[in-house]
Amino acid sequence: MAVDSFAVRDCALVAIATGLRAQSLREFRDALQQAPQESVYFHFWGRLLRPRFDDTEFHNDFAAWARNGLHDEKLSERLAVIDPADFADLEALRAEVLEVVEQRLDEIDVLQARRDRQFHFRRCQTVVFDTGVRLEEPACLVQAIPAMSLGSIYYHAIDARRREPVRLDDFRVWLGRLGGSFGSLSEKLGAVDPYFANLAELRDELVAIVARHFSGEPR
Amino acid sequence: MSGMLADYARVAGGDVIRQLRLLAEPMRGLSVTHVSSTRRGGGVAEILEKLVPLTSELGLDASWEVIEGTPQFYRCTKLFHNALQGQQSHVQESLIREYERVNAANAERLGAALDAADVVFVHDPQPAALLRHFPRRRGKWIWRCHIDASRPHRPVWTYLRSHVAAYDASVFSLADFAQMLPCPSYLIPPSIDPLSAKNAELTGKQIDECCARFGIDRARPLVVQVSRFDRFKDPVGVVTAFRLAKSFVPGLQLVLAGGGAADDPEGEVVLSDVEAAAGGDPDIHVLLLPDDANDVINALQRAADVVMQKSLKEGFGLTVAEALWKSKPVIGGDTGGIRLQVVDHHTGFLVSTPEGAALRLRHLFHDRRRSAEIGRAGREHVHQNFLITRQLREYLTMMLGLVRGSADRIDLV
Repeated sequence: MAVDSFAVRDCALVAIATGLRAQSLREFRDALQQAPQESVYFHFWGRLLRPRFDDTEFHNDFAAWARNGLHDEKLSERLAVIDPADFADLEALRAEVLEVVEQRLDEIDVLQARRDRQFHFRRCQTVVFDTGVRLEEPACLVQAIPAMSLGSIYYHAIDARRREPVRLDDFRVWLGRLGGSFGSLSEKLGAVDPYFANLAELRDELVAIVARHFSGEPR
Repeated sequence: MSGMLADYARVAGGDVIRQLRLLAEPMRGLSVTHVSSTRRGGGVAEILEKLVPLTSELGLDASWEVIEGTPQFYRCTKLFHNALQGQQSHVQESLIREYERVNAANAERLGAALDAADVVFVHDPQPAALLRHFPRRRGKWIWRCHIDASRPHRPVWTYLRSHVAAYDASVFSLADFAQMLPCPSYLIPPSIDPLSAKNAELTGKQIDECCARFGIDRARPLVVQVSRFDRFKDPVGVVTAFRLAKSFVPGLQLVLAGGGAADDPEGEVVLSDVEAAAGGDPDIHVLLLPDDANDVINALQRAADVVMQKSLKEGFGLTVAEALWKSKPVIGGDTGGIRLQVVDHHTGFLVSTPEGAALRLRHLFHDRRRSAEIGRAGREHVHQNFLITRQLREYLTMMLGLVRGSADRIDLV
């Protein structure tokens, strides 16, 4: 294997109940304080591995519940704008969510969901595994990305953004290691916002970018 | 690739099957035994019939054992089932004794196989009491609850909990359905089998023939609800919605198809209420179907322009996934597992009243292009979330988690 080949990995997750649930915003705040760190991961990052059509504008489960359970647009918008990649770790991310919730609790008396619209805090177990596929040069991405599972797309394009020290998707990290000639491709990949598409759409978008790049098309 | 996996690759996608193979690889040779109460009939048997051979094709040593019971045993477990769903059930001491005796006898019969298995899935309450007869078990035991146990009748749950609390893990279909146990409670929704008689592709001729058999005009618009004649499925509400929509959708026909009423006194009452509500309207077809009429259900769902599942209360409601898989927009009750399947305005509409259902019917028949878009989105939603391959992936992930320790992230790289 060449030093600079790209190792295609894959991952799968399964959800686990934490037993913590909330019907009102106050209960939500209290439960969030007690929830395991992995629950914060699940509701921000793990959400992206669950294919979805809904709430692409709400990038985390908390924001989606604020809208669909509590029917509070203000809160859902403030929560939705939180980018988990901006925070050094999950505790910092949790603190930010709590800050937003506290602020809303200061502004409003009661926010309560219906009994059948409670928020259930979940966590997940993730398995990461090697596919055995190695890409020797960036042009191989044209064939490789369409064949990748959605788990691989998640692992390389999204999960990578929370991995220290670089906090970038794996494709750009690899291109960066290979040097200057792939700068424009890296730039195009960097312009993809992975939060507004489901994983199948994200895969299509990545395929289109690399295919255009290597066919010499201008965009 | 050959065998069943090749068949599923054609439907679910080659990438999905490749992922299953990779995930299964570290567990090659692991013995996995499922234990349930029946080999035929019902959703559990339907899914295990495919899940077990698929697991074997992936290189695990999968098997399926069925417990043997007595009429008194099944009376008891029926009461357990109803109690888990919230019904006040008094279970006599003599029935409890029979439940424990039958489990002990089955433990004796299945002893060697279960003692040696690496992973044992015990489905639902019927075989749940097996565990205490295996103090020397070497594998991980998982209790898989397929029932909505969100608000169980407490005395019965307390009793069952004494059996299931000792398992290594439990599995519920939704967070809403789960009860807290000392072991981890995994959340794995059920799935449909795209190659079963209920979901396999049909020719236009087969669909036409089925419709002709029931006097359904293929040239006119059709809405279908498939469900038991049960008040919680709100069939009378569906008739009301149909009537409200009909003047705006000329020629509209309704099919209400379901089974199980013959031996269910409550079902008979609901069926006669539905027939009374239909009032002899020739465009309302109330079909009482036998339990094995899978091909008929398949054809009716495929003949429909819109499928309804206007439940007031629902467990998971997999008939919704079946309809979405056939690219049909679904109008569903805003309850239970329907909410996971009907993504409002994307794969269908969630409604709370017959009036809401009528409005959405008019919308879908008025805007056929939008209706087709929703149908396509629905099929993709099921493709990604509700096929048996997704359920198998989650079972494999959970098994890896259990046999490799309980870390939140297991890195096999």
